[in-house]
Amino acid sequence: MTDRREFLKVAGLAAGALAADPRLTQAVAAATKPGLPNAGPPMDAAVRELLMEALNAAKLSGAGYADVRVGRQRRNFVFTREHQIQNVVDTDTMGCGVRALVDGTWGFAATQTLTKAGVAGAAREAVAIAKANRIARDRAVELLPVPVYKDVSWQSAFTVDPWSISVEEKADLLLRANAEALKVKNVRFVNSALFLVKDERNFASTDGSVIAQVFVRSYPTLTATAVAPDRSDFQNRDADIAPMGRGWEYVLLSDLVGRAGGWAEQAAQKLSAKPVEVGRYDLVLHPSHLWLTIHESIGHPTELDRAMGYEANYAGTSFIAPPEKMLGKLKYGPAMMNVQGDRSQEGALATIGYDDEGVKPEDFLIIKGGIFNDYQTTREQAGWLRWWYDQQKRPTRSHGCSYSQGWSDVQFQRMPNVSLLPGPKEQSFQDLIAATDRGIAIEGDGSFSIDQQRYNAQFGGQVFHEIRGGKVVGMLKDVAYQIRTPDFWNSMDLIGGKASYQLGGSFFDGKGQPGQSNGVSHGSVPARFRQVNVINTGRKA
Amino acid sequence: MSAPILSREESQALLQRIIGFSKAERIQVALSSSHQANTRFAANQLSTSGSVDDTSIVVQSWYGPKHAVTTTNDLSEESLRRAVSQSEALARLAPDDPEDMPLLGPQTYDTVDAWFDGTAELSPTDRATAAMTALGATRASEDLRAAGFITTGASSTALANSAGLFAFHRATSANYTVTVRTADGTGSGWAGADHPDWSKLDYRAVSERAIAKAKASRTPVAIEPGRYTVILEPQATGDLVQLMLFYLDARQADEGRSPFVKETGGSKVGEKLLDARVDFTSDPRDPDLLSQPFDGQGLPVGRQVWFENGVLKQLLYSRYWAKKQGKEPTSFPGSVKLAGGSDSLDQIIASTERGVLLTRLWYLREVDPRTILYTGLTRDGTFLVENGKVSKALRNFRFNESPLFILNNIEALGRGERLAGTEAGGDVVMPSIKVRDFNFTSLSEAV
Repeated sequence: MTDRREFLKVAGLAAGALAADPRLTQAVAAATKPGLPNAGPPMDAAVRELLMEALNAAKLSGAGYADVRVGRQRRNFVFTREHQIQNVVDTDTMGCGVRALVDGTWGFAATQTLTKAGVAGAAREAVAIAKANRIARDRAVELLPVPVYKDVSWQSAFTVDPWSISVEEKADLLLRANAEALKVKNVRFVNSALFLVKDERNFASTDGSVIAQVFVRSYPTLTATAVAPDRSDFQNRDADIAPMGRGWEYVLLSDLVGRAGGWAEQAAQKLSAKPVEVGRYDLVLHPSHLWLTIHESIGHPTELDRAMGYEANYAGTSFIAPPEKMLGKLKYGPAMMNVQGDRSQEGALATIGYDDEGVKPEDFLIIKGGIFNDYQTTREQAGWLRWWYDQQKRPTRSHGCSYSQGWSDVQFQRMPNVSLLPGPKEQSFQDLIAATDRGIAIEGDGSFSIDQQRYNAQFGGQVFHEIRGGKVVGMLKDVAYQIRTPDFWNSMDLIGGKASYQLGGSFFDGKGQPGQSNGVSHGSVPARFRQVNVINTGRKA
Repeated sequence: MSAPILSREESQALLQRIIGFSKAERIQVALSSSHQANTRFAANQLSTSGSVDDTSIVVQSWYGPKHAVTTTNDLSEESLRRAVSQSEALARLAPDDPEDMPLLGPQTYDTVDAWFDGTAELSPTDRATAAMTALGATRASEDLRAAGFITTGASSTALANSAGLFAFHRATSANYTVTVRTADGTGSGWAGADHPDWSKLDYRAVSERAIAKAKASRTPVAIEPGRYTVILEPQATGDLVQLMLFYLDARQADEGRSPFVKETGGSKVGEKLLDARVDFTSDPRDPDLLSQPFDGQGLPVGRQVWFENGVLKQLLYSRYWAKKQGKEPTSFPGSVKLAGGSDSLDQIIASTERGVLLTRLWYLREVDPRTILYTGLTRDGTFLVENGKVSKALRNFRFNESPLFILNNIEALGRGERLAGTEAGGDVVMPSIKVRDFNFTSLSEAV
């Protein structure tokens, strides 16, 4: 509701905050520097040798196709509560994963032993597993051909490597933010943390590609808890800070210290907020909230593996199936609704130069003019939609959505950045509120749950503002809304313009068996939805 | 290639070597080595399968109340020394932790035998053969599609510190879950089994149960959401009830932010909060649980009683909070069990005039921490029971419910069963239960 909420746009940064902290000034300068490099350091010669050794062993054992990934992932976490550090954790894991296709059946093996003998052993094991699975094969797996990228490199858009910052500086930032939150009356507790990741991926395939990549992810978090003086109630307020594919410069830009007091104030206000009356309301949803609704109700159901039943035993299937009844036919939302899949937005979590099977990702429209237009795909999957791409006179090729959480896990289809594109009219969150007679404006993501085909969902939030006659008249609590996905998106009647677009995202999106975690961003503009079912979640034990 | 899992002697030797590198005032090191293998299938087809060997070290160093953790999976001498010195460097830089506690000295642990050689040595062919119990039948039917996951593994964990503590445990694991859907997309059935010993998994029976549920759940009808008498199969019970474990922290209650806050101060320990039949416990040595007999900090885990006869018996005290409050610290359990009754599921169904039978729950998310209120959905086999019989397949529901509410509304308790598909993980045993007034808030078209 304030200018500070627009912090992701560098232009919107409060001048006061800049003056207060010289490091912030430097960070802004770094983040706005044009032409950020995206070529990374070249591959280490010893790593390249290991990749070739593994590929060679896989071929000699009988693999028709193989790819090898030697990866290193470092993570640094700092956890605090109130005035103290709870823990500082530094993790480092390295290893090699080999995927082999033998006679149309996959095998995968991973080892931490980074010697020639170790990676060759993993390659032979992957081939042996693929051969053992032949007895249960039905159809043969076929991979689409891809261009070869030989000895290329890529690096994500960070300017300050978080590993160059001391743990003291990290802890100091969090403790100063905590102190600001604790100044607020009735705010008794505050937890904050930093999650930082640096991931190096080295890839080679029997097609001839050899690719080295590095990315960094940063995620500062803070939760303020207010407790009623009579212990009859407590309320939390989580910070609206998106995790991003950026470095320490982003942590500073998030201005945790400057904004902590505001979040704490809202936690305290929630104690005396009015319980919502159940009923139908027009909802004005801020991008800090709407990203999660996009993730759950558009991101997941448009994964082609889900639609085809490949995740039926765990994550589920999709209501957008079978493809031949949905592509070009399903009216997802109004004509102003365009949703893009990409791995190219600078600073987004799923952004990458090449995916985990050597494909250079492309931008594609999942929803075009309100109509369902495309699925997320890999090399194994895109061929299943050849009829549609032929009809559209588009090439049949992977969109580059293969991803593995690390060296020890097999790559499979994961979500790219999936974003609701701005509308033609330049209008803001406040403009949408002003246009609404009776409704609720929601900021921040809260409780979320959606069924295994992505029809029925329920979402909470962080802060709920009651709207009457185009104005915010007070705060509500115990609010959740329930939706049926296509009805919800078809009820969208106003969307923000380019200036109101911002990224939200998930640092820990789960899928697959064994489960793997993925980072993914969702760009969004504020939007209004008509007559959505709102329930009251408050109840006494 | 079954990886060598580190033995007790090997673990102890490696840990002592790492502790020997330490220049800090105190050091604690955890070690885990594992071999995990899996076979996955979907759309009646093998999809991905693989194996992973890994060993990781977690080093924590202290200078006074300053401490930090470093982990690595590179076991070379150089890397181990680097991990120790890195944790020391981070600890020196870290601010003081006013809640820091001294290291635990030597402890006595129960022995839990959760290792089965046959499971540790299982081959990819064994898993593919088991998968065929579902795939063979669903391919032959032309009307059914199977998706499943078989995972087996062997692992050891060990912990040692500079105050003389040493703990070691090794275990094998085996888990099979399968979802069978009808080709027309109107029916879906799930079943699963889990045990440290692969030979205890009746994978053929699991496949058959999922197939039967898929067929029976075809072409579901919608009934109005609202409050119903509900029979939860063990998996469904567990999906909701095990969540209580995460709300048992004593400090949260003392700080006024827990469902067990007493408004006049303190907690509700000693109060009868649930039905008198509710016994909610943890016990690593229970033959159905077989979990690790120590927790991450090295405290022994024995039998713990959370609720007995519906009375809240104890909350979880961290070592720091226990010292501050003058209580005994509580280890964090790796297992949980809700005691069952003597009725079979069939008997519970037969005793029900009208109710809804649930196979499992999905996507549970906290809605209100003050009441452990969760929302979620039913999935993979939801049926109407009328006059003591399953009469028809139902559309799925969204619910908003709390274990605290349902465990006050118990009508019948079935037999306990080890769960295979727990959202939260761990070793869990739950019974089927029949409860009244279960709160379905909307319908879902999802199958």
